[in-house]
Amino acid sequence: MPFRLLRFAGASRYPEGRMFRAHETLRPAYDVVVIGAGGHGLAAAYYLARDHGIKNIAVLEKGYIGGGNTGRNTTIIRSNYLTPEGVAFYDESVRLWKDLAADFDLNLFYSTRGHFTLAHTDSAVRTMRWRAEVNKHLGVDSELVGPEDVEKACPQIDLSCGGHAPILGALYHAPGAIARHDAVAWGYGRGADRRGVEIHQKTEVLGIDVRDGRVTGVRTSRGNISTPKVLCAVAGSTPRITNMVDIRTPIYIHPLQAMVTEPMKPWLDPILVSGSLHIYVSQSARGELVMGASLDPYELHSTRSTLDFVEGLAAHMLDMFPFLSHAKINRQWAGMADMTPDFAPIMGKTPLEGFYLDSGWGTWGFKATPVSGKTMAYTVANDRDHPLIEGFRLSRFAEYELTGEKGAASVGH
Amino acid sequence: MRCPINGLRPVSEFQYAGEIRPMPDPDTCSDAQWADYVFNRNGAPGTKKEWWLHIASGIWFVAERDTAADKVLNTYLYGEVPQS
Repeated sequence: MPFRLLRFAGASRYPEGRMFRAHETLRPAYDVVVIGAGGHGLAAAYYLARDHGIKNIAVLEKGYIGGGNTGRNTTIIRSNYLTPEGVAFYDESVRLWKDLAADFDLNLFYSTRGHFTLAHTDSAVRTMRWRAEVNKHLGVDSELVGPEDVEKACPQIDLSCGGHAPILGALYHAPGAIARHDAVAWGYGRGADRRGVEIHQKTEVLGIDVRDGRVTGVRTSRGNISTPKVLCAVAGSTPRITNMVDIRTPIYIHPLQAMVTEPMKPWLDPILVSGSLHIYVSQSARGELVMGASLDPYELHSTRSTLDFVEGLAAHMLDMFPFLSHAKINRQWAGMADMTPDFAPIMGKTPLEGFYLDSGWGTWGFKATPVSGKTMAYTVANDRDHPLIEGFRLSRFAEYELTGEKGAASVGH
Repeated sequence: MRCPINGLRPVSEFQYAGEIRPMPDPDTCSDAQWADYVFNRNGAPGTKKEWWLHIASGIWFVAERDTAADKVLNTYLYGEVPQS
């Protein structure tokens, strides 16, 4: 008998605890203000409270928590990147992900599936081999495999991809995983809230006060706050905030669309990515195929999605899996991507004292949620860039020392 | 989208090429100014003058576009006085 369900149905008050408290008003001052209650912002607040003893924190969110790109990505977690800085960073993230559900006491539906980046040309095979070697050198489990290994892991695939882009090999990354994106925001949010962090939704930042080259406060739609430290964690909308403090960045915003099919019984175990066909796909715990393709080709500050995106992605999916021709598309949406010239993020201190950036997350931000929270918490608490993020400093562009990860970004560009 | 020469054509016939940005003189500007030109962008939403290419005819032109509403306000050849 479903006693708990019956009790729930008969209750006059909602018996389940909330994930975090609502606060009537903003306090006049905080030690740290985080702009953006996505996975990254909430993770930073969580680690600041848990590891650095800083609890007088406000996380300000214009909409609802996790309503930005945290709720819009295609949930792929991996560390098979190209540069030593990138690999070290994302590998630490995968390590943190594994214990996260236990830390939160919340089911994140974290599922290690194995991740194939398919190579359809000789030059792609060379890039996969390069990535495999860099990964192995840094202790990350990646290797170059042949088409027969792809077929063994995924018998339904058409190795010839419609005849015009045959799979010649793949980069196989065993630790590749997926997780429930919303749950990550809730988990970090609840964990931060339990430790005294205040989460303020429907609170828009209107301006940032600066005096003598340092941050002194934040002006919001619900009142003004004085604070010496502001962490900007609104990737997808970063330029609006950096404009408030006259900081120039290379960030440009393009929409990134995604879609899901109706649920079906489990058949796709691994995560598949194809650079030539510009698609990536996995099957979620709900049985839906979660798919994405390339960035929209022009700047746009909107989360609208289009018919031509669905048509294009469906056509390429049918090249790999012709049997899906009758599968129905259930839903489509988009996020806004903070793109950078080298496809690596922009993190750490800025020329403005007390203003910290966690930005430039482009199409690679979800997998980095735990490690960016941890490294940004260290950076804000110590006013010093964490060693793992030095390769992502804002000044690297003026220094002509880019961290080139375009070859390892799975999203078409 | 309206190509200034060919008129209204499907959006798929066009290619976006970024906001029009003034280039400093590479022979006289500092490394910092050059890096700023090469890398930095005007990333916030707003109405921008952008380079677009009509791929089918090879014509480059200027489009004034509201990048939040995705509305093209005007298109004209570079150097022409825009009529709106």
